[in-house]
Amino acid sequence: MSEHHDGHDSGGHAVSHKMLVITCIALLFLTGVTVWASKLDFNELQFPELNIIIAIGIAVVKVSIVGLIFMHLRWDRQFTAFVFVASFVLVGLFISFAMMDTKEYQPEVIQANSEQVQQMIDALPAAPKSEH
Amino acid sequence: MSQLEIQPDSHGTDHGHDHDHPDHLGHHWENSKQQFEAGKLGMWLFLATEVLLFGGLFVAYSVWRGNHPEIFQYGSQFLDTFWGALNTGVLLVSSMTMAMAVTFAARGNRKGIVICLVLTLMGAAGFMVIKYIEYSHKFHEGFLPGFSFYEEPSASHLWLPLEQEHDQDVAHSTLETEAHNTAFAHETTARDEMPLPPPTAEPSVVPAAGTGPEGLTTNELALETAEFAVFLPPSVIGNLENQGPELDFAEHHEPGEEPHLPHPLQDPDRPPNAQKFFTIYFLMTGLHGIHVIIGGFVILWLLLLTLRGRFSRGYYTPVDLGGLYWHIVDVIWIFLFPLFYLI
Amino acid sequence: MTTLDTGQMQKPDLAPRDNYLTHTRGAWSWLFTLDHKRIGIMYLVCVLSAFFVAGIFALLVRTQLLTPEGTIMGQDDYNQAFTLHGAIMVFLVIIPSIPAALGNFVLPIMLGAKDVAFPRLNLFSFWLWVSGALFFVLALVSGGLDTGWTFYTPYSTDPNSAMGGMIPAVTGAFVLGFSSIFTGMNFIVTIHRLRPPGMTWFRMPLFLWGIYATAILQVMATPVLGITLALLAVERAFGIGIFNPELGGDPVLYQHFFWFYSHPAVYIMILPGMAIISDLIAVHSHRHIFGYKFIAYSSIAIALFSFLVWGHHMFTSGQSPLVNVIFSAITFSVAIPSAIKVFNWLATMYKGSISWNTPMLYAMGFIFIFTIGGLTGLHLGTLATDIHLHDTYFVVAHFHYVMMGSALIAMIGGLHHWWPKITGKMYNENWGRFAFALVFIGFNVTFFTQFMLGSQGMPRRYATYPADAGFQIYHVISSIGSYILAVGFFVTAGYLLQSMFGGRRAPANPWGGRSLEWQCSSPPPHDNFSETPTVGDCYDFSVLEWNEDEQGYVWRSDIPHPGEEEPGGH
Repeated sequence: MSEHHDGHDSGGHAVSHKMLVITCIALLFLTGVTVWASKLDFNELQFPELNIIIAIGIAVVKVSIVGLIFMHLRWDRQFTAFVFVASFVLVGLFISFAMMDTKEYQPEVIQANSEQVQQMIDALPAAPKSEH
Repeated sequence: MSQLEIQPDSHGTDHGHDHDHPDHLGHHWENSKQQFEAGKLGMWLFLATEVLLFGGLFVAYSVWRGNHPEIFQYGSQFLDTFWGALNTGVLLVSSMTMAMAVTFAARGNRKGIVICLVLTLMGAAGFMVIKYIEYSHKFHEGFLPGFSFYEEPSASHLWLPLEQEHDQDVAHSTLETEAHNTAFAHETTARDEMPLPPPTAEPSVVPAAGTGPEGLTTNELALETAEFAVFLPPSVIGNLENQGPELDFAEHHEPGEEPHLPHPLQDPDRPPNAQKFFTIYFLMTGLHGIHVIIGGFVILWLLLLTLRGRFSRGYYTPVDLGGLYWHIVDVIWIFLFPLFYLI
Repeated sequence: MTTLDTGQMQKPDLAPRDNYLTHTRGAWSWLFTLDHKRIGIMYLVCVLSAFFVAGIFALLVRTQLLTPEGTIMGQDDYNQAFTLHGAIMVFLVIIPSIPAALGNFVLPIMLGAKDVAFPRLNLFSFWLWVSGALFFVLALVSGGLDTGWTFYTPYSTDPNSAMGGMIPAVTGAFVLGFSSIFTGMNFIVTIHRLRPPGMTWFRMPLFLWGIYATAILQVMATPVLGITLALLAVERAFGIGIFNPELGGDPVLYQHFFWFYSHPAVYIMILPGMAIISDLIAVHSHRHIFGYKFIAYSSIAIALFSFLVWGHHMFTSGQSPLVNVIFSAITFSVAIPSAIKVFNWLATMYKGSISWNTPMLYAMGFIFIFTIGGLTGLHLGTLATDIHLHDTYFVVAHFHYVMMGSALIAMIGGLHHWWPKITGKMYNENWGRFAFALVFIGFNVTFFTQFMLGSQGMPRRYATYPADAGFQIYHVISSIGSYILAVGFFVTAGYLLQSMFGGRRAPANPWGGRSLEWQCSSPPPHDNFSETPTVGDCYDFSVLEWNEDEQGYVWRSDIPHPGEEEPGGH
């Protein structure tokens, strides 16, 4: 085995302390930025979702930094990064399909709840209260 | 058969160690590197499952938020950005110390590992303490998941007691440990009375009447079909119209707290189903908190192993893998923080 | 030149030496073994026991339906019977059957490895399976459950309709999910890190490709089941309205959650079956597999597609038309990799010298049944026809053709294929063929009639049906088929058990397989291989020949054994 290599004895990678501190400071700074950005009011731009986009964007950047440096992905095999990214992609896929669907049918659900339903309720005989 | 002799031989040439099959090396591995890489891949796959586990909750969050953004905008006012940001900082720093511990481990500096692991452990503990402060505050205010949300809080500084309030003093004596338990008791009551509609749901319909964005009350929303209606006696529906809130809103609040937010139950502008925010808040931060606790125990275990001198430059796999686990806890929080506290 | 040596190489392996069965003794050495082979055997025993229990429920369901007003059960008992049949079959039997039971046994040996990457995790995963099974037993005794295996809300969360066994069953499925995740993790890492020198990705037996694709699904999809069931349990226990529209929840969301896992889970069930068949067809046809890379890639493609089609279970449950169309379109594309496999299997058999061994019969039965199951899936993936067929017996027949007729038939075929390796004994081939005939006929009689039932409108999950609708004749035929099927399985169990005591001793390579498991003795020694074996093309059967003394296949005498080339003076 390669004892002479710094930290490569069992395949790992040793990241210098200096780099870790810099990374951490950068992450804390980004946390500050995201707090600050969340206070911005984009209503004037008719684009209040921009807050969400900025916040998620910064979170993605932060997570990438944590992954690349703290979790050594930068020095790791590509497959490892692939596994990690794939899990996020799947979550994204899940979110986008679920959102696409719910955005489509939700208006109908609420519509169906309006006066029609109220009339149906009114027309009901004294419905039995579920017992417990 | 000569294979038996060949085997140790091939190992010997493989890596020039004097101990060719060290204690930590499983019998089915060729060498430490192979074992380490396998462990690492296994850990990463596990982390992927963790991401997907939380992913489900992120989906729930997105769908609910997509359907009812007003609930989230309303609810997040009751979270304190300061504590959230502080917790983010604590986790980030502890993530750094964990990464440092791994570096120390790779360099064979046992003292460094111990110091860094202790610091990380303190980070984990600090995070949980802050979480405890936040949670107990929420419990006192009655910001609970599900139906418990509609219980009158036993001790809220935001709560302006009505005249039928049984005990004003209890209501005002804020943040007492005993009140904590009461909150739990309320939760249990709500659960026992679950079948729809629970009697405790009545307060919920009071302020919501006719004020939500769609003009819908909590209960109306359920009545998509006539089948749902059978759960709801007409008496309840009749009450919806008549019970307007006649309340003064909380004028005074504890110093240092977010100002001038009326308690949700007394707030006519509270969107219907405001409890949804706290439901998903407790689910996600709760699951995350469980992971922090598990991570804490992992770090403690690593600390004990380090103190026993199990690790060397040649073998520190558990430190590395434990570190990865701790970082994923951080990664999840990095998403949770803006989603709940900021936007 | 090396004839004698080759013989010598194989002979000592056959000598009654230490094998994994005799390596250590006592119950303790089994229950807490780290040996993947023993864990595989324990899985096998447990899975087959669960199969027996769930099979009994199936027979109860079929017996109930013999007459329009039902024969033996009330409505509630019927609901419980089909729910438990489905839940046990899916979570306890089919999902772990091939990967955890057969895969555990075979996969490391195929890789020439001594064990899986994480033996302790493997054992833990087995015990998770056992505790999951115990939770199901708890569910059974604490009131049962009647929601169907899908645990759909609001049945599962409404305290008035769901029964006491709900939370134990959900916990059980949660625990079983983690058992499955850990098995998958173990296999992925094993395949990545423990391949022997010379075995590149495209020299792996196709069984490994299939198991690898399955493992990806197990790892990437099952966590979502975990969180789904956790949410369901929280919802039921505390009533916080996660899926309850009354409380601002989204009623369709549960189904999104459930099928995001459970559609990939369908492929967790079928991919290992395809994996086994790919190997069985090649070995028993004694012909190089046709289109190796296509079969390998199609496994991965099916795994990837499986994440994109979950919505086709929800066409009629309130999912929006836009998403319906998208999911329907993607669903059709799954047919492509599946068809690639079927055509490649047929091409492999073409001009092969087919041995009519029981495993081969099962493999051919698989192709027949899977083709029907797959093609009827297209009817269900078509939006217009699905409106008519959804929740009818057509669906029941379709997924039984795929889950049972394909996945389980493949499992039984694989069991016969590796039975000599596992037990070191040969079963009676004629009984095997006879039992196959019973199973094959029984299966098709049972389920083909259900296609007709469903297309005529018989809904699934009903304990009774109108007497004048013309359904009864089909139900009776179907039930008779199920009894034939049951007899087939009992015969199978009988001769397999008999072979363990009275069977002929198995040679190292009874079928003429070339993957590595056939290079070690039957049953394999504790460490599988005392030295890492040499890897060749595992589908090149031309180097093997039948040896009358061995009653098995050996390396051809006129070709030098690759392992013999370098160690001139061993």
